[in-house]
Amino acid sequence: MQASHQPPPMPAEQPQRFSPRERIVNDFSIQVATVNGSGSQTANLVLMRSIFQMGVPVSGKNLFPSNIQGLPTWFTIRANRDGYIARKKEIDFLVAMNPESAQEDVMSLPPGAAVLYDEPLKLSSLRSDLHFYSAPFDKLVAPVCPEAKLRKLVRNMIYVGILAELLGIDPEQIRKALYKQFGERKKKAADLNWGAVQAGIDFARANLLKSDPYWIQPMDRTAGKLVIEGNTAAALGCMFAGLTVCTWYPITPSSSLAEALITFMERFRRDPETGKATYAIVQAEDELASIGMAIGAGWAGARAMTCTSGPGISLMSEFVGLAYFAEIPVVLIDVQRVGPSTGLPTRTMQGDTLKNAVLSHGDTRHPVLFPSSPEECFTMAIDAFDLAEQFQTPVFVNMDLDLGMNLWMSDPLPYPAKPMNRGKVLTAEDLERLGGFARYKDVDGDGVGWRTLPGTPHAKAAYFTRGTGHTENATYSEKPEDWVRNIDRIARKFETLRQHLPPPVQSLAPGARIGIVSAGTSRYAMEESRDQLSREAGIEASWMRLTAYPFPPELEAFIEQHERVYVIDQNRDAQLLGLMRLDLRAPLLERLRSVRYYGGLPLDARTVTEQILAQEAQQA
Amino acid sequence: MSSTPATPPKVNRIGLDVLPYKGSKTTLCAGCGHNSITERLIEAYWELGIEPWTVAKLSGIGCSSKTPAYFLQQSHGFNGVHGRAPTTATGTLLANHTLRAVVVSGDGDSASIGIGHFVHMLRRNVPLVYVVENNGVYGLTKGQFSATADLGAKLKTGAVNPLHAIDICLLGIELGATFVARSFSGDKRQLSAILKAAIAHKGLAVIDVISPCVTFNDHEGSTKSYAYMKDHDEPLHEVDFIPSFADIEVEYEEGESRLVELHDGSKLLLHKLERDYDPSNRIHALEVLHESARRGEVLTGIIYLDTSRPSFTEILNLCDEPLALLPEERVRPSREILEIINEEFR
Repeated sequence: MQASHQPPPMPAEQPQRFSPRERIVNDFSIQVATVNGSGSQTANLVLMRSIFQMGVPVSGKNLFPSNIQGLPTWFTIRANRDGYIARKKEIDFLVAMNPESAQEDVMSLPPGAAVLYDEPLKLSSLRSDLHFYSAPFDKLVAPVCPEAKLRKLVRNMIYVGILAELLGIDPEQIRKALYKQFGERKKKAADLNWGAVQAGIDFARANLLKSDPYWIQPMDRTAGKLVIEGNTAAALGCMFAGLTVCTWYPITPSSSLAEALITFMERFRRDPETGKATYAIVQAEDELASIGMAIGAGWAGARAMTCTSGPGISLMSEFVGLAYFAEIPVVLIDVQRVGPSTGLPTRTMQGDTLKNAVLSHGDTRHPVLFPSSPEECFTMAIDAFDLAEQFQTPVFVNMDLDLGMNLWMSDPLPYPAKPMNRGKVLTAEDLERLGGFARYKDVDGDGVGWRTLPGTPHAKAAYFTRGTGHTENATYSEKPEDWVRNIDRIARKFETLRQHLPPPVQSLAPGARIGIVSAGTSRYAMEESRDQLSREAGIEASWMRLTAYPFPPELEAFIEQHERVYVIDQNRDAQLLGLMRLDLRAPLLERLRSVRYYGGLPLDARTVTEQILAQEAQQA
Repeated sequence: MSSTPATPPKVNRIGLDVLPYKGSKTTLCAGCGHNSITERLIEAYWELGIEPWTVAKLSGIGCSSKTPAYFLQQSHGFNGVHGRAPTTATGTLLANHTLRAVVVSGDGDSASIGIGHFVHMLRRNVPLVYVVENNGVYGLTKGQFSATADLGAKLKTGAVNPLHAIDICLLGIELGATFVARSFSGDKRQLSAILKAAIAHKGLAVIDVISPCVTFNDHEGSTKSYAYMKDHDEPLHEVDFIPSFADIEVEYEEGESRLVELHDGSKLLLHKLERDYDPSNRIHALEVLHESARRGEVLTGIIYLDTSRPSFTEILNLCDEPLALLPEERVRPSREILEIINEEFR
């Protein structure tokens, strides 16, 4: 925790209170502990948004159980004036609403933290080194919510009001956030909730004496930015990529991507008069079917996608090999969760890094994109469709639960800079001119053959697509030379593709002896950890953020420039490092070190910093 | 050069001779019922005068799934993975609902590994022709029972099937196919007529075609059986020897029964539905199927037909043009729309 140098002015109409010497402004985390299904989500979003609207960088992470109702759930908001939005290990302000978890939640707090709790829980006797505030939520909610059955929901807004008063959050921003959240059509519900916020503010003003050091103060670091989940941004990317077919099967944490897509496509891709759609979204009977349908659609010329998570990917393995070998464009968005097996369905992991790159039996390699932000979920979804059609192959987009289901500040989503690349497709006119074609012939020297779509009105258009051995003319063959020629051409295609991937993002520290390589959401812990290494240990580290597999040529140069290179993995087996072992020249491998976290929570900076410092100490 | 004028080839209503409707040479066993079905498919598409390029042929894996290479050489074909042609075919029609899709499947494909996709395709009423070339046995892996093998059927190894058969037609009617028929691969006239009706149908047409396997049916005491080969310790490559048979052909009238002798000497009792049978009554259709099964007969004909239910692509309310061919301006919303969306998240 860091104190700000300038104490903020007291908010207007502030009653006389004990004023702590130290003020911690715009640098703390709030955790709201509730019961799953108690309807706290709206309250938490309003709280987060109001801080965001005050210009303070913020992130919101929902730690939820694999359960519909009844188990504990925690929503953590981190406000940070320096823009660090990775998970912070320590909780500074706890809102304890769940009797089941309250005691444990309180016991795990660092000294000096603050706790707002529901009065009947009587938590204040547990510890003497915390700042406790109690509020009788049931008593407060009754007068503002006459309808008894709604009270369970509305009482959550009371803690928003109390926090606003205690932390100095502008009530007007809360009101704005609340009405935005409910929208025009639910004005009555918004009014009811606003009443509860005000009741919270009034109660705190009259009854609570602030003793904790935490304050929110207006800044200007969020202007123009969005607050959005990665899954929503990826769905928008698919819509602006010109997706025409999405086939999917529900699985946490990817379902909300498909559901967001349905919502946007209904709004923007249906003819308002006829209701006719320029897309098809089908909930399939299982993941085998969802990838099978997407491949059938890709074969017939659609921009086709499926979204899933690890267990679904395992099921899709055979079909992905078919699409690779029969050279059919299809996009797979994998919102990764913790495995093996059912694992921790509601926790995050980079668990499919290795698997997706080589999915299916035999010799297979697939391009994989690693978005790290909602903006990249959007742009890389678009890249993925272009790459899939340009190279006639499955393309993976490796998101994770943290990115997909949590709320992120994001730059506005940028309109696609390039027109769609539909790849090499011959029309009837082309065929008339050429007099025919050989589907799997490398006529352009880039490994990519020309294809035709079913329904092309020409006698020479048809070819036979198969997962069995075939010649350049797509006829069946078991000849060793035909097999080798074909599989080598596909490898050549992969080499061409390498030059068309989004470039890595590098930040070279002058004279740095160590480098760090990360992919995906490790980015946020990395941004903070690099500063920690510099500030706390005087270690300057260069950083390369990979955006795609196959790896860029810059990666080898980056490793050569540093004595040791730490590869960050959110999995036990160092999968990103393992993939480098498969692909990089042997002398480079000696320089690689591993930093791993696999507990299922979003990666935090402290974990990275500690692991790097421990290994650097051994080096010395 | 011959001086006698050549007879012009017979052409169909769109002026094509039968060649574009044929495919490459079959690699299935001589006398295989599947080859007869291939012939009927060629006839049906040719006689209906369907432009070959409007057809997409899809299949899974197995003997039956090889056959799309043997007909309609000017149509795109897709031989995918085992049991999952219903999914690739559904996807194909999502991309282009103007295509005429035909799936050729087998009993292993449809009643075992792919039954999950099969039943959901039925439920969706995906508009395509679905032919099950049903021989009750896995041919390519050399003769294991399939889920449509009859209770008590015997393998060459002597193994007896202790389980009840899955009835493709009962499943079809129960789960939503709007055209359900059964025929026999050797019944040229009936199968041809059923296929033509199926091609003309606007929803899902399932045709269960009993198609004897000449190689792996029970053949007690045969000197060419696997059991015999093993007992007599023949060299392994001899196991691949496949005897040649003539195609079985039958012809009989509506309402009649006909006992057919199969290649292995076993008998199949076919019963053709009456000429005035009403296929639109679902309950009645299920009844006659159960009744004929109880009598030990294989009922053939168009058993169930519903022309009123919308097909899957109709339910989805797709635009008239194939999704696959929509230009960028139809599928990429404008800059202004993205700005509206960005604003909603600010």
